[in-house]
Amino acid sequence: PKASSYVTSHGLLLRSSLGVPLLCRGVATSFRRTGTLIAPPHNHKVLASLAFACIAAIIPLHHRPPRLGLAVSPSRLVSAISSFLILLHLLLVVMSAPISLAPGGSSSRISARAGLEAATERTRQPIVTGTSVLGIKYKDGVMLAADTLCSYGSMAKYKDARRLTKINDATLLGAGGEYSDFQSITDLLKRNALEDKCTADSLYEEDVNEECAREVWNYLRAVMYNRRNKMNPLWNDLVVAGFSQPAGVGDASADEDKPFLGLVDKIGTTYEDSVIATGFGSYLAIPILREKHREDLEEGEARALLEDCMRVLFYRDCRALNRIQIAKVTKADGVLISEPYEIETSWDSASFVE
Amino acid sequence: MSAHASMHAPRSHAAAAAAADPYNLKPGEHSTGTTIMAIPFDGGVVMGADSRTSTGTYIAVRVADKITQVHDRIWICRSGSAADTQALTDYIRHYLSQLAVETGRAPTVKTAAHLMRRMIYENKDNLMAGVIVGGWDVVDGGSVYNIPLGGTMMKMPFALGGSGSTYIWGLVDHKFKEGMTKDEAKALVEKAIAHAMARDGSSGGIIRTVVITEDGCDKEFIPGDKLPYGP
Repeated sequence: PKASSYVTSHGLLLRSSLGVPLLCRGVATSFRRTGTLIAPPHNHKVLASLAFACIAAIIPLHHRPPRLGLAVSPSRLVSAISSFLILLHLLLVVMSAPISLAPGGSSSRISARAGLEAATERTRQPIVTGTSVLGIKYKDGVMLAADTLCSYGSMAKYKDARRLTKINDATLLGAGGEYSDFQSITDLLKRNALEDKCTADSLYEEDVNEECAREVWNYLRAVMYNRRNKMNPLWNDLVVAGFSQPAGVGDASADEDKPFLGLVDKIGTTYEDSVIATGFGSYLAIPILREKHREDLEEGEARALLEDCMRVLFYRDCRALNRIQIAKVTKADGVLISEPYEIETSWDSASFVE
Repeated sequence: MSAHASMHAPRSHAAAAAAADPYNLKPGEHSTGTTIMAIPFDGGVVMGADSRTSTGTYIAVRVADKITQVHDRIWICRSGSAADTQALTDYIRHYLSQLAVETGRAPTVKTAAHLMRRMIYENKDNLMAGVIVGGWDVVDGGSVYNIPLGGTMMKMPFALGGSGSTYIWGLVDHKFKEGMTKDEAKALVEKAIAHAMARDGSSGGIIRTVVITEDGCDKEFIPGDKLPYGP
């Protein structure tokens, strides 16, 4: 009896000392999984197991040989229960099988939380999206075109969404892709501009050194690439248009602003060109733009060319609308964005009738 | 919460239904993400459809013809997979012409609808086809049968189908009344399809209508820049 009770008490101690780390692991897992300790199923289990483990740890100090003639000694019963609970908790933690004391069960809640958590750990899918943006350089500057539709999946939900914005007097930004990310980028650039203005040497607007288009383009490249590295991109294809210093350092003509047109995509790829298109435009509009583009296009010609391409996109892109905006950046007038207007479409070709 | 979980759950084929998610297709397959509609009136039927055939988000055909004739006075509006519905209507046309010869009279719309329903139901695992069978016959006059995915067949006072139909149930419920004349029915079909085209990305182009009466069939279309309601 004496020897067996000695062994039993050591066994208890062993089990308890095993149990506590397991419990800690269980708590850590449920904390990691749910972000709080307030998850009902795990929390109850944790508390219950913790309580029993403590009792099981304490028991060896007060162990007495059985006196009461019970089939099983109280301490043995407690140790058995605590071991069972520890094993059960381990099982739960390992198998993620949610046995819930809360009404309605918890399986859907846990998997939903796991789904939500998983979604914040990796890249999402875009919900409200804009389609193509087109841009060309012409004689007086740069011109952009975009339609005013934001789709909610396949539904044409927001028909007056503005996808072209003015960043400053030298820069236009257009975006396709997730509209909320575009709004967030616009806010970010506005905040930066305000900070620059407030910390500038002079408070006179004309003395503040505004970021030129190339600077904005480069800054956005850094922003997008950074988010891509976190596997959580801003889901946009951005077109930056405006005037900027040419790229060369110590260039003789460095004082002269040149028209700038560049693209930044959702993973931070950048390039600049005389014709730019995102989304479906890169398949359907780029060939037309390359064919018809000249550096000395007049404003009317440039606009007609962009309207032609937007018409084709309306014919062939499910997510396009025939209501568009045109925006231009020129040295003389700065940034001008037109009000939305409808473009003409043709449906009366003879082959269509039958 | 449960809605969020179910977004990731596998959807059954039937559930993919009139939501007509164009991405549910096999690669390269054409879809008719669509709006189709038919309303019977006293003496005939008006059938209408949009004209957009899309693969994913590319519009493969912007002036497609989704109302197919299968007999003199029986037409079928097609939605779902273009390939499946074209094959089905070819079969139906063949069998109906045989039947007309064997029985010596024009087949009824009910027969055509039953035949279509048999084909869709018995091949339901391999087909994605939702159709509206409409026409005129001496027995029932103008009648319309709606046969969605899975092969249910329902005779209806009016029928809507395709992905764009979700946007116009309210409008049609509001505007429809029993015993409309031909012009009222045609106006409602055109208006409703225009509204659906305005909101559904998978519907668009022109509105094609066919008016079927005892005397003949009138095929018309409204071009995309003259719709009763803007795109």
